[in-house]
Amino acid sequence: MKSPYPRWFYLPAALVYAVLFVVPTFASFYFSLTRWTIFESHFIGLDNFVTFFQEPALVKGFVNTLIYGIVTSGLKVVLGLGLAVLLTGRIAARGYLRSVVFFPVLVSTIGVGLTFTVLMNPERGLINQALGTVGVDGPGWLTDPAYALLSVALVDVWKGVGLATLIFIAGIVSIPQEYFEAARTDGASAWDMFRNITLPLARPATVTVVILSLIGGLRSFDLIWAMTRGGPGFTSDVVASVIYKQYQAGFAGLSTAGNVVLFVIVTAIVLPLSRFLNRKEVEL
Amino acid sequence: MKRFLTPLAVLTTVFALTACSAGSLGSSEGDGDGVTLSFLVDNSETAAKVGAGLAKDFSAQNPGITVKVETRPQGTEGDNLIKTRLSTGDMSDVFEYNSGSLLQAIAPAKNLVAVDDQSYAGQLDDNFKTSVTSDGKLYGVPFGGFMSGAILYNKAVFAKNGLQVPKTWAEFMANNTKLKAAGVAPVIQTYQETWTSQLFVLGDFHNVAAAEPDFATNYTKNQAKYATSPAAVKGFQRLQQVHDAGFLNKDFASAKLDDGVRELATGAGAQYPILSSTIAQLAATYPDKVKDIGLYAIPGDDAATNGLTVWAPPAVYIPASTSGAKLDAAKKFLAFIASPQGCTSQANAYPPTGPFAVKGCTLPADVPQAVKDMQTYIDTPGASSLALEFLSPVKGPSLEQICVEVGSGIRKADAGAELYDEDVKKQAQQLGLAGW
Repeated sequence: MKSPYPRWFYLPAALVYAVLFVVPTFASFYFSLTRWTIFESHFIGLDNFVTFFQEPALVKGFVNTLIYGIVTSGLKVVLGLGLAVLLTGRIAARGYLRSVVFFPVLVSTIGVGLTFTVLMNPERGLINQALGTVGVDGPGWLTDPAYALLSVALVDVWKGVGLATLIFIAGIVSIPQEYFEAARTDGASAWDMFRNITLPLARPATVTVVILSLIGGLRSFDLIWAMTRGGPGFTSDVVASVIYKQYQAGFAGLSTAGNVVLFVIVTAIVLPLSRFLNRKEVEL
Repeated sequence: MKRFLTPLAVLTTVFALTACSAGSLGSSEGDGDGVTLSFLVDNSETAAKVGAGLAKDFSAQNPGITVKVETRPQGTEGDNLIKTRLSTGDMSDVFEYNSGSLLQAIAPAKNLVAVDDQSYAGQLDDNFKTSVTSDGKLYGVPFGGFMSGAILYNKAVFAKNGLQVPKTWAEFMANNTKLKAAGVAPVIQTYQETWTSQLFVLGDFHNVAAAEPDFATNYTKNQAKYATSPAAVKGFQRLQQVHDAGFLNKDFASAKLDDGVRELATGAGAQYPILSSTIAQLAATYPDKVKDIGLYAIPGDDAATNGLTVWAPPAVYIPASTSGAKLDAAKKFLAFIASPQGCTSQANAYPPTGPFAVKGCTLPADVPQAVKDMQTYIDTPGASSLALEFLSPVKGPSLEQICVEVGSGIRKADAGAELYDEDVKKQAQQLGLAGW
């Protein structure tokens, strides 16, 4: 079939695409093979990748990235679905409540991070003071290596669950009411209807939420940097913050190699996952 | 193909043109004899005030030249910004930045204007000159005075508990036991501001050098390591010891520099290993307590060789991108900073916290007690040495995180030292040093 447009019609978009996307992508593949000080670069083959994989913070970073991605993605699905069911039900002030859930999505991530850093201060933060009044000795949310990453993940969920809820609401609203009426006539309980109608028919929404939040979680950086800077020490470092620190230290080639690795990993996780989830959808 | 190439060429030209005009925006070249210099300093209170003071006094003396102070973030974020601006040719006309190993990392030969030929070169302190020299060329003039990495202590708390200034680590730990029993936090640490965690390691260098005089040279050659040098690894071990013994303030993990200063001034904590310049902040916030605060060098094994580790002041540099009338004005500005008038101007802008690096400059008589304590070490022959980062270009970027881990019991001292040895390798390779 002949294209409806003449060739020159593609040119502006193609130019923007080439200059801003294709060239930098290939340049980064090249620079990942150099020792690059910003001022000059020497070709050193695969040394950067060797150094990067020997980076002790990196192993921790990988584990943390996976934990962070899975925890935030899982909680967003569970909480988002629950909230969506609640907010599509017949409740008072539904429109207002829907907005309230969505508001945190609109706030700047750095602002949220700094606010929660203050709230989570172990000695003077509101959270531990509130816990103190009921006799609970709250932990050092961001200063205890055992909790730091999970605390940040929880804040991420609080901030991002609104978007997941919105997608689920759209999915649930699009389910025809006739199914529910028929099920009710057959005497199905509320749980049966949720299990056998809402959950399977909202599957496209679930797939979208899982993929979006997993990608978001795997490349997550801003909230972690604002709240802990990967600390205490290296205990809440994720791959992206390890890369950023290399860049800050002036190891531009090394950090570019890190970005290439991150690109490969995210693709390797998300591409098969997306195929798998979408195939299931077609089979239904 | 040709149809494709022409617009690409046009586009490239447009990019090149916009790049040019963005760089020259805000310059006032060409309007008579008036020259405006932009002067980039870090955003600490001290640097901002000293920068503003110098700008004001210099402009008053040179009516044709206006100096406009700009600020930048500190720490690694600032390093990043400086490197990016230098590499894009977009640096301010003059800028303040660290001396020593961090200077080596911005490729001075390529990015800075050398100032060997200037008349004031002979007036600069020799230790300072070493720290702003690269490949035999001098690049900067001192901004502020010398600092030391030492222990600030509350003399009132010491007097109340009948304690003496310790000269050895054993005495230090014995003092700590008594302080803890008296309900005072013996050692203050503030790991929420990660750079403050490094003093037990970096400030111990005089003691390391006393035990192993060739350490710095061998370190640069990749022949000495923190993990394998018995003297150097002690810094990490001691950092772990004060944590394991429970000598730290309760909020060490969440405290910031401000909290540390408050705890020291109010006597909630007795000793704070920190850079001596912190005394200026303490003097500004707690003017009535500053007389209670003294300073002593980080104790080592041997009381006889114990001494102070000294940091050379940061310096003011001219980037290679400054040219024409601005370059002349910038050179005049540097000459002013490196003169006794410049010292006076800095002292008036902010109370100095260490000796100036310009010959002929003296400190005012009313400096805080801690600064007098520091001067005593510097005036005693053999009782002070420059920190390692001024004697060797090799410094790893992750020391602060490693120290936080060792100092909070997350990682053992020996593992921390090994990790740091790995960390510096990247820096040494990046600098292209022989033997790495």
